[in-house]
Amino acid sequence: MLKMSVPCSLPTMSDTTAIRHPGAASQSAAPEFLVKEDHHPENGTLLGFWIYLMSDCLIFACLFAVYGVQGRSYAGGPSGAELFELPLVALNTAMLLLSSITYGFAMLKSQENKLGGTIGWLVITGLFGLAFLSLEIYEFAHLIHIGAGPQSSAFLSAFFTLVGTHGLHVTFGVIWLVTLLFQLKRHGLIPENRRRLMCLSMFWHFLDVVWIGVFTFVYLMGVL
Amino acid sequence: MSANHNHAHGHDAPGHEGGHAPSTFKGYMTGFILSVILTVIPFWLVMGNIIESPATTGLVILLIGAMQMVVHMIYFLHMNFRSEGGWTMLALIFTVVIVVIAMAGSLWVMYHMNTNMMPHMLHDMTSGS
Repeated sequence: MLKMSVPCSLPTMSDTTAIRHPGAASQSAAPEFLVKEDHHPENGTLLGFWIYLMSDCLIFACLFAVYGVQGRSYAGGPSGAELFELPLVALNTAMLLLSSITYGFAMLKSQENKLGGTIGWLVITGLFGLAFLSLEIYEFAHLIHIGAGPQSSAFLSAFFTLVGTHGLHVTFGVIWLVTLLFQLKRHGLIPENRRRLMCLSMFWHFLDVVWIGVFTFVYLMGVL
Repeated sequence: MSANHNHAHGHDAPGHEGGHAPSTFKGYMTGFILSVILTVIPFWLVMGNIIESPATTGLVILLIGAMQMVVHMIYFLHMNFRSEGGWTMLALIFTVVIVVIAMAGSLWVMYHMNTNMMPHMLHDMTSGS
């Protein structure tokens, strides 16, 4: 039937052209789609957000590269071994790891259509995120206070840029999380909010992955 | 037609936005326990000074860090070859290639530049010409 109406153009997989019967236009006003699949990619947002995360990953890769190159240029200033307090870093890592699993629990609750549980776990996630940020701000303030600010050496510039960029991401993640809490409270688990929940989930877990790189490459290798 | 197959898979999970398989409690807990173990080991290695040579310790904790990243990717970010018809994985592979080039390339080039810029090298060059 389709080939008869359009003899020269066979539908390809990606074509979404709607073709009507020339003679039968009056029979059905609705266009007939030749492609059996939906013509939109089902998860355009999620794939797009993933591409964003990957580009963010490239930013971090550059900052890691800078730290890798400059990480031992102390300019006569203090070295990582003298500055880093590993117990504090371990606590920070624990905060971020716990916030990752609590976000996972929030996702599970949202799959069970439990709004209260979702919001509850998200609040806990946000609190862990805030705890992480407070510890990091304390660490930065302490470093600047003892005269090891970003202007002291190439090592500290690279350190503050890399860890600060990660901290900034977490800050925006927390702001996003609070916004999402209000949206969830107001509209419930509508598809839009589920999509946002999924995007923030990817963002949050992605930041945890970056933090693995930070504590391994910057802190642990810095004190070696 | 793999695209058709993926599509059917996406429709199998109603109420769950995304081509990802629905997450499970077991999956998250497995990931969490694995990443706790993979976090504790490097901290223990460094803080306890378990291995004598710093170079060996560095190599070991880098490897463990890479393993933990993979664990997070699989259990928390639900990466697989099926989601979005494989496009997320393709984007990830592309990114990893770029990241490796950027980092390894920078370190390699800058290390050799440092070596070749040492004062004695400059001296050799001037005296040689």
